[in-house]
Formats: sequence, C-alpha cells, structure tokens
Amino acid sequence: MPVVDEKKTTEEEWEPRILAFACNWCTYAGADLAGLNRMKYPANIRLLRVPCSGRVNPQYVLEALQKGCDGVLVCGCHPGDCHYSTGNYYAKRRLMIFKRFLEYVGLEPERFNVKWISASEAGRFRDTVKEFTEGVRKVGPLKESFTLAPSAGDKLFGAHNESEAPASEEGGAA
Amino acid sequence: MSRIGVFVCHCGSNIGGVVDCPAVRDYAATLPNVVHAEDNKYTCSDPGQAKIRQAIEDYDLDRIVVAACSPRMHEPTWRALLSHTKVNPYMLEVANLREHDSWVHADNKEAATEKAKDLVKMAVAKVDHAIPLYTQQIPVNKKALIIGGGIAGMQAALDIADAGYKVTIVERKATLGGKMPMLDKTFPTMDCSACICTPKMSEVGNHPNITVKTLSEVTKVEGYVGNFEITIKEHAKYVDYDKCTGCGLCTTKCPSKKIPNEWNQGLDNRTAIHKVFEQAVPSKPVIDADHCLKLTRDKCGVCAKVCPTGAINYEDVDRETTETFGAVVLATGYELIKWEDLYPEYGGGAYPDVIDGLHFERIINASGPSEGRIVRPSDGKEPKSVVIVKCVGSRDPNKGKAYCSRACCMYGAKHAHQIIEHIPDCKVYVFYMDVRTPGKNYDEFYMQAKNDGACYLRGRVSKIYKEGDHYVVWGADTISGAKVEVNADMVILETAMVAAPGATETAMLFGVQTDKDDWIIEAHPKLRPVETASRGVYLAGVAQGPKDIPDTVAQAGAAASKVIGMFSHDSLESNPQISNVDIAKCSGCGTCVHICPYGAISLVEKHLRENSVKVTRDVAQVNPALCQGCGACTVACKPGALDLLGYSDKSIMEEVDALCQW
Ligand SMILES: Cc1cc2nc3c(=O)[nH]c(=O)nc-3n(C[C@H](O)[C@H](O)[C@H](O)COP(=O)(O)OP(=O)(O)OC[C@H]3O[C@@H](n4cnc5c(N)ncnc54)[C@H](O)[C@@H]3O)c2cc1C
Repeated sequence: MPVVDEKKTTEEEWEPRILAFACNWCTYAGADLAGLNRMKYPANIRLLRVPCSGRVNPQYVLEALQKGCDGVLVCGCHPGDCHYSTGNYYAKRRLMIFKRFLEYVGLEPERFNVKWISASEAGRFRDTVKEFTEGVRKVGPLKESFTLAPSAGDKLFGAHNESEAPASEEGGAA
Repeated sequence: MSRIGVFVCHCGSNIGGVVDCPAVRDYAATLPNVVHAEDNKYTCSDPGQAKIRQAIEDYDLDRIVVAACSPRMHEPTWRALLSHTKVNPYMLEVANLREHDSWVHADNKEAATEKAKDLVKMAVAKVDHAIPLYTQQIPVNKKALIIGGGIAGMQAALDIADAGYKVTIVERKATLGGKMPMLDKTFPTMDCSACICTPKMSEVGNHPNITVKTLSEVTKVEGYVGNFEITIKEHAKYVDYDKCTGCGLCTTKCPSKKIPNEWNQGLDNRTAIHKVFEQAVPSKPVIDADHCLKLTRDKCGVCAKVCPTGAINYEDVDRETTETFGAVVLATGYELIKWEDLYPEYGGGAYPDVIDGLHFERIINASGPSEGRIVRPSDGKEPKSVVIVKCVGSRDPNKGKAYCSRACCMYGAKHAHQIIEHIPDCKVYVFYMDVRTPGKNYDEFYMQAKNDGACYLRGRVSKIYKEGDHYVVWGADTISGAKVEVNADMVILETAMVAAPGATETAMLFGVQTDKDDWIIEAHPKLRPVETASRGVYLAGVAQGPKDIPDTVAQAGAAASKVIGMFSHDSLESNPQISNVDIAKCSGCGTCVHICPYGAISLVEKHLRENSVKVTRDVAQVNPALCQGCGACTVACKPGALDLLGYSDKSIMEEVDALCQW
C-alpha cells in the first residue's frame, strides 16, 4: 500500500511525483547537459541511473506506480544508437507492450512513457520532462484504486527469494 | 548493519547557492544506517577528499554516498579515493545535486532542496544494498590482428610492429595496398602515390614483426579482449610461396591472356596466373582458378612446366588456422558505388568513355595501360573536352547515399588539374553541388585547378548521351540559372565511396555494429573515434566512413597507439559490474544466451546438489571478460536467476521504494 501523506494529496498542494529511469550513456548525460546549459524544467522529476534502458524491468515501473509515484518515464538511446548495441530494442519491445498492458488495466496513458533522448539532446530532455510533468499534472494524483496488492516487487524480489531451495555446485564453489 | 557516510558538497555556490546543503546533511543523518553526514565546500578537492578518508576511519564507515556533481564527472575520482581506504570502491553511490538539481531548479530553491533530499535518500537506499565488487585481471596476448591491408591497415601494422609487438595482417586480395597504389598522384601535394605507398608495402612485407596473409579472411571469432581466438582462412593460391622466387616466367607463358585486369579497372587484360601489379607485396603470383585451363579443364599446365623452382601446386587447398590475438584493428576500407544500375541517365555503363575516378587514375598512371597518356578507352584518342561530374551517388539519398564522400571534391580538382597539365588545349568542365575543401592547403589546391582553367559549373547533370563520337552532357548552371549542354569526349564520374563488401559481416564477428550504410560505428564519434563498442577492437581508415589518405593515416596511427597502450599492460582490469547467475534459480532455458550482444553467456553442464539430490543440468555461465554490464539478460531471465552486480534488482527496487516514501 502506498504511504500517502494526506497533506500533499489535497488538490492545491499536490505536486506530481515522477520517476525517470535514465540510461547512463544517453539520457542521463543529456540531463547533465541540460544542467550545464542551465535549462529550466519542473523539479518534480528524479532520475534513477541505469546502465541501459534494457536493464529496466517492467516490475520496477509497476513498483513505482504501486508505491506512490504519479508517473514513470523510461529513457534510453535512440534506436540504432544503443551503447550496448541492442539493449534499447529490448527495452522498446518490452516496455511498449507493458504500456499497453498498463493502459488496459486502467492506467492513464500520461503516466507511463518511453522516450529516446541522446546525450546531446538537452533541449529534448527538458521538453520531455515539461510535457510529461504537465501530462501527469493534468490527470492528477494516482488513485489508490490502481494498487494491486501485494506489490509486484515484494512478490518478485521479497520473501519469495529466501524460500527458494538452496542449490550448490557439487564439489566446490559455484 | 551497514555504516553509511553521506558527504554533501556545496560545489562553491554551484549547489550551495540553490540547495540548502546543511538541511540536506541533517536530513541525511536521519536516514536508516547513516552513521555520519557532513557538508563540504568542495568535496572533490584534496581537503574534501581527506575529510572523506578521515571520516571513514573515525566513523568506521563501510560505504558512502557523495551528494555532489554528476557521477559521470567524479565517480571515477571517488572510486580511486576509496581504493586507498578500507571501503570497497563499489560501495559508493553518487547523488547528482548539481546537473540534475541546483543548475536546473535555481528558480525554486525550496523544491531544489526537497529534490536533493530525495536524491540522497535514493542513493542511501541503494548503497545500503551494495556488495563489494572486485575487478579481475584479464591476461593480454600481445599480438594484434589487422583486417584489411590498405594504407590504413599497413600504417596501423607498422606502428604497432615498430613498438615491438607481433602483428598479422589479413588481406582478402592477393596484394597489400588497397586503393592507394592504384592512384596516380595524391592531392594536395601531388606526390606520386606509388612512390609513397609501395615503399610502405615492402616495409610491411619485410618487417620482422609482421606476418602478411593475402587472399585471406577471418571466418570465426571467439574469446574476448586480450584473448581473441581468431580463425583465418587462407584461400588457395596454387603457388607455393616458400618456393616461388617471383621471377614472373609463369605469367609470361600463361596462354589464358584475355581476362579483364581488375587492377586496371578492366582497361586491359591479364593472364590466369598473375601478379596483381608490378610492385605487389607479396611480390609473387597467384592462379585465378576460375580462368586457369588446368584447374577448369585439366589442360595446359604450362606454368608448372616453366617454373624453375617447382612452386606451382594445382592441388593447393584453402587452409584454416586459429590463433590468439589480444587486439584487432578493422581497416576494411571501401569500394566505389556501382553507379551503373543507379544512373541509367548517364548511360548506365554502356558508354566506354563515361568512366569513374579509379578508371581515370589508372589511365593517367604512368604504370597504367596507356602509360600515363590520357586517352579515351573507346578509341585511344586524346580527349579535347572532358566533363567531370561530382557527387555521383553521394549526397543523393534518392538514388545513392545521403552522405558526402569527402575526398571527391579534392580528387575532382586533382583530375581537372592533371588533364589540363597533360593536354593544355583540353577544356575541362566540373559539375558540382558544392565545393568542400576543408583541410590544410586544400582550398588553395582547388583554386589552383580553377586558375588552371577548369570551368566549374554549379549544378547536377541530368543526362549524358552519345552523339556521333562524342557525348552530350545536359546539366544546369544554377548560378546563372541557365541550362547547359556540353559536348564532351570523355566524362569522369566522381562516384561515392561505399563500404567494402562484407564489412558488416566482418564487424559482426566481433560484435561491432555498422550503420545503415555499413560503415563501422565508433565507440563515441568525438571522444572515442578509433575504438568500437567491443573492447579491444579498434578501427582505422575509410572502414569508419569516407576520408582521404591524410585522415586515414592519422586515424590508423591513433588506433595503433590504442593497441600499443593496451599492450603496455600484462593484464587488463575487468569491469566488475556485470551479470551474475544464481544457479539455483537458473532453469537452463538459454534465453539469455541469445539476448547477450557480446556472446558473454553460455550454457554449461554442472553437477549440482538440489534438495539433497545430485542433479546434472545446463545452467547459464557469464564470461566476466566479455560481459559489458548492460543488463539486458537480467530482465529477460524468466526465473530471475540473472542479476546485474552494481545495479541489482534489489538495489534498484530499494531506490524506487525510497522515492515512493514521503
Ligand atoms: C578516384 C580516387 C582518387 C583518390 N585520390 C586521393 C588523393 O589524391 N589523395 C588522398 O588523400 N586520397 C585520395 N583518395 C582516397 C583514398 O583512396 C583513401 O583515403 C584511402 O585509400 C583509404 O585507405 P583504406 O586503407 O582505408 O582503404 P582501402 O584502400 O580500401 O583498403 C582496404 C583494404 O582492406 C581489404 N579488405 C576489405 N574487406 C576485407 C575483409 N573483410 N578481410 C580482409 N581484407 C579486407 C581490401 O581488399 C583493401 O585492400 C582517392 C579515392 C578515389 C576513389
């Protein structure tokens, strides 16, 4: 269940809370460049650095949305430009299907998106953040009704792991 | 219980002028497992670093968070600092309070401070789950493989060999040299191409550290940086090079004399047993099996009869050998675009006097078929009017390539200059889109060609057709706005450079990407221009994109220096932030094996003990030297057996959760 601060969810005080998974090689650097150029964009976004958009497990997105973020962005290198050659293609396929799934179960399209922003596209980063933040602001705080309990993350990475029967390699370390 | 230290940097006023750093520090001190938090004016400075070192001792820290500028800036600095302390360099997180916060939210200090707290909280949550990681040493095999024996490959080979390392060049043709020895003179200095290229070829051929394999190609690559296991296929030459002295008697006696000579662009003929050209290296002949009477019809056998050393071997076969190399340079060069199919309006290849740039280089070359006299291929007559058309296939996304081939403006001017020099009363017209001459003494060279009398017309050519014994060229002069019609005795099309056939296949053997035009993609277009995304694989010359000889040689030298730099170490440090398999969870499905762009994952049979039962089954195994740490496999792993060290599922989830709690 999301821990919700009553105060901040009242209409006038509410500020969207946005998480962006950013590829280290492109969007994260593009955001650095936006900083270097002293560009301005809404302060609602927090970047989480990943080595590649292909590293982003849809479970992370679900976790963020279930636990209290109002919107999630995943940003990677333009198709064809992946630092690891193909990671962003996997990201694209996985996450676009996932986006349709999220919309199918009732999530507003504004709350989740996948964007390609290169290390040189500071302006595109700024515009994406502005647009996305506005989109999330428009649809308002993420309603608790979206919360499917228990959280997907707990299921995948929580207690489940520990109950796994241990295995070890015969005659030495794995 | 971990012991986290948080260091909040003011970065002078860069962060401190916007973010309330003391407030962030106090907030950090309240976070779980944070046992120490402080703020500093400049954390990256010597005193700032000393404070971190001191705090690690004083508070017995086992991991730290630095809240400062982008980790892309100073993460290596902090790692280096930690490597001299008891804290593992990977027990570190950097919260980006400058580029991602103070610099972009200067207009809202309160929000910037709130964001800073969140970023620190996320970093603390992540570092709390960090585990120590250790680099491994990868041994370096100090032997380089160069693919392509053009000027790029030769220069790289010489530089590496001169530094004392062994080099093998794999060249698919029967001689070293590539295109350069075909050229007559080279811009902008007009020195004779053969005079500067063929000495390099023999230097390569005679270098004690260089092995040259001609008529060869790479067929298989295994292994990784420092330890590539490379299979090279040497095609049958039918001549035993250990016995052959290169006397050339065989070539004079060969009765199959009517084979179009590729070296001279088909302007004359060669024999079936032939040396590519006089100064070829190796200076020995090969038999063209498709045209040899002995090999096709079991007749003739003259070359074997006349050979004084018994070097001819009709039974010769292709041979494959596998060797270990530490580094590879891709220098596969280019070909000219096949314009004939693309430009039917220029005759589509039906007119013998409508030729391309390399044809002209052979015509004007003193060692070419006309011994340097400019004559028309059709009738051997001297032309009195020549049209040069630039950008044929270049800068033409509809028919050819979108890119500029970079050398043609210059060699177009060179050709104009050469024609006027040889035939002073010959009129030369150059149709151009733009004249691009950036380079030392380049524009001067172009102006010289204009001063010589070359008539530059800005516009494309729409049609070339034959009328009597001359050609009519229709074009536009966009400066005067007039349509132009020129009668020409000969037309030279300065055609686009395209990647060598098979360039993509060769690059892919090493996990190196090529772009849509098959040019090899560099690791970074500006900062790592001679490296590829595959560690230990470098590039040089036109294989990366069109360029002229000076740029090619410079790039080859740069690639060589990268190889030499690598070879100056006995071993390399591996990146420890790589995929890790939990064999208990691995089902052996092999999905990850196909997803990995580096071939770093394989299935291996393991004897395991599961629930007290001995089992033998396939599980995934990650090669730490090959894995680059992208994490694509981790998401694809259905049972969740793969995880990325340094960016583990757990640590990312903790980061997400930290952000969600407020
Ligand atoms: C008409 C014309 C005139 C020019 N004039 C000038 C000039 O005056 N001055 C100047 O500076 N530049 C000039 N240039 C440009 C110059 O030719 C190139 O810059 C230079 O030759 C590039 O060298 P390279 O080694 O990169 O490529 P290449 O010369 O193409 O060499 C590549 C070599 O790799 C081999 N190869 C390819 N694929 C494989 C494989 N898979 N396995 C093994 N071997 C392989 C090829 O057989 C070839 O030998 C001219 C170009 C043209 C077309």
